[in-house]
Amino acid sequence: MEDVVEKEAIDLTMIDEVCAEYKGRKGATIPVLQKVQEHYGYLSSDMIDRIGENLNISSHTLYGVLTFYAQFYTTPRGKYVIRVCRGTACHVKGSGRISEVVKEEFGISNGETTSDIKFTLEEVSCIGACGMAPVIMINDKTYGNLTPEQARSIFKEYAQKQD
Amino acid sequence: MSANNDIIEVHICMGTAGVASGGYEVMDAFAAEFEKEGISAVLKERNCKVKATGCRGLCARDVLVDIHLPGMGPITYEHVTPEMVPSIVQEHIGAGQVVDKWAAKKDYYDFYKLQKRYVLKDCGKVDPEDIDDYISLGGYDAIKKVLKEMTPEQVIDEVKKSGLRGRGGGGFPTGMKWGFCRASKGDLKYLICNADEGDPGAFMDRSIIEGNPHVVIEGMLIAAYAIGCKEGYIYCRAEYPLAIKRVKKALRVAEERGFLGKNILGTDFEFHLHLKEGAGAFVCGEETALIASIEGERGMPRSRPPFPAVKGLWAKPTNVNNVETFANLPLIILDGADYYASMGTEKSKGTKIFALSGKVKSTGLVEVPMGITIRQLIFDVGGGIAKKRKFKAVQLGGPSGGCIPEHLLDTPIDYDSLIAAGAMMGSGGVVVMDETNCMVNVAHFFLTFTQRESCGKCIPCRIGTKTMLDILKRITTGEGREGDIETLQDLANDIKIASLCGLGQTAPNPVLTTIKYFRHEYEAHIKDKKCPARECSELIEFVVADDRCKKCGICFKVCPVGAITWEKGKVAYIDKSKCVKCRECIVNCPFNAID
Repeated sequence: MEDVVEKEAIDLTMIDEVCAEYKGRKGATIPVLQKVQEHYGYLSSDMIDRIGENLNISSHTLYGVLTFYAQFYTTPRGKYVIRVCRGTACHVKGSGRISEVVKEEFGISNGETTSDIKFTLEEVSCIGACGMAPVIMINDKTYGNLTPEQARSIFKEYAQKQD
Repeated sequence: MSANNDIIEVHICMGTAGVASGGYEVMDAFAAEFEKEGISAVLKERNCKVKATGCRGLCARDVLVDIHLPGMGPITYEHVTPEMVPSIVQEHIGAGQVVDKWAAKKDYYDFYKLQKRYVLKDCGKVDPEDIDDYISLGGYDAIKKVLKEMTPEQVIDEVKKSGLRGRGGGGFPTGMKWGFCRASKGDLKYLICNADEGDPGAFMDRSIIEGNPHVVIEGMLIAAYAIGCKEGYIYCRAEYPLAIKRVKKALRVAEERGFLGKNILGTDFEFHLHLKEGAGAFVCGEETALIASIEGERGMPRSRPPFPAVKGLWAKPTNVNNVETFANLPLIILDGADYYASMGTEKSKGTKIFALSGKVKSTGLVEVPMGITIRQLIFDVGGGIAKKRKFKAVQLGGPSGGCIPEHLLDTPIDYDSLIAAGAMMGSGGVVVMDETNCMVNVAHFFLTFTQRESCGKCIPCRIGTKTMLDILKRITTGEGREGDIETLQDLANDIKIASLCGLGQTAPNPVLTTIKYFRHEYEAHIKDKKCPARECSELIEFVVADDRCKKCGICFKVCPVGAITWEKGKVAYIDKSKCVKCRECIVNCPFNAID
């Protein structure tokens, strides 16, 4: 029976600390969610419940807020997040093809993560570096003026990283 | 040589594009080279400093480096890599010999010829992380003048007189907007800087914040004083980590120096400014949605009235302006409304910053006086279309704007002329398209964006944009039907009228303008099942045209799946069983020989 999966227990006390800092402040929801996600990398249902208890907000209200915004995630994300810019300038310079290259290399589509949790593909509206379109970001590093094959070799480089 | 002329300065572009192109590596190389060469002996090393400057504008040429030598005009080098640094240091700084092969040529200077760098005048000069550098260039003089010599009403009058209109897109007169909020009753009023620059193809606000964050803070101080706000927020989109980092630092330092907080500059004036990071929602650029987001809610627009000036953030009177609007204010105060109003056209004053991108030679950030034509912007400033291709259209105003065709290129850039042409100023994104871009595909692209970003609150936008998108999808994949164009127009008009906020009201614009100016392309897709620009891959045959193929073999080299066979002197052949329709061959063929 696979029903009961041993979950790795995650220490959620950090959430209490963050919430204590924001308690009673107006407009705390989003900053708290941001801080918690910054720490854990994503927001699990346990984490959301814990925030709710602390801030006295129902979990479904929190869920409503976090699913509205593109930058909150409810599942773990890859070590390397590949952001492919799908803004106008990148689009007219062929960024759609770069997303396809990610799919060819790692088998993931927009929003998906590889099974080894190494890569996540995220298509974003605009990174704001249109002058060097097409652009991708891998974590905080930006790569511009890419051809699909240049992108491919960058992906291969990351795939080979052992750490 | 006097002491003042002894300063050797090396300015390195450190905007997002500069950093991505290796700005830090170049900077390290300069530092290392100065040390290694012991330049101090000859060149007065004490005065050598490497500055991290903000956006220079011409991002396509990064990394850009300026060398200021005593008694010599600044020389700009483009596409600088760390490997080039030793030669530049030895030949130029060491021996006074400009390294001609890397120095910027005429086309670089043409980029600046028609521009009027006014709001951006310090971007690229000032160190964005050093408040003293900003102050030494006259920074915070405007707020000093305001606090010392002007009443709030005088400030509002001055802004009204300048003719400044909101740079976020709508073009509402700024002074008038302030007047409404000032007139609202209540002790606590909020001031918000909208830095949620979500339009794909726009990066003006990011560049201002990254390049000169203190000018935004100073602009907000002026507005806060004029309206009577004690509390303020800069709402910056989370996709701009560098901008956020610089704002954070600027806020901290400004407070330490007494420009923010209580008793500003020794007066009774009090203003507390906070940073709010967005969480990724385009609709939050709409002011009521932005307010909802600061309050910690889903960022959905609210119906107006009541307008934010009456009932905004936490139900208090609130004034929202865009980054660029704030950046104009210190200039209006210091140079005076009359000078400011001498720039631009009758109804659109001052300058406007545009993010020029797409298929234009010189992409980057430009600032031009209002009233120059779209043609001047693309062909004189931008250097025309890259790769010797033909201009087809330009999208102004982001997903809310419209596609302007060639015959309207002489339209002057001002709020009202652009609206008359079916586009809008928007926040200032200018995306240029050439003959290889399909206009139906472009419309489909924009609608995909607005449909995805629709918050879902009102039905015309939520369901209407989805229905339009389904039809466009059909057309671009060869399933278009007779009557689709008319249905699109019909839906578009309803959505424009009935939607709650600006997102829905403007979402159909790209579809309407592409139908208006490029109807033949829609018809080719629907009736002939052909994409004339060969961008919609379902409608391309992927056959090499014998008569146009010049047998160069480029397609053979770029094909990622080995579907093309070619031998020197022979026409290429595409094996359709292997072809994945990625269009690499079409994009790279210099002779448009693939149908």
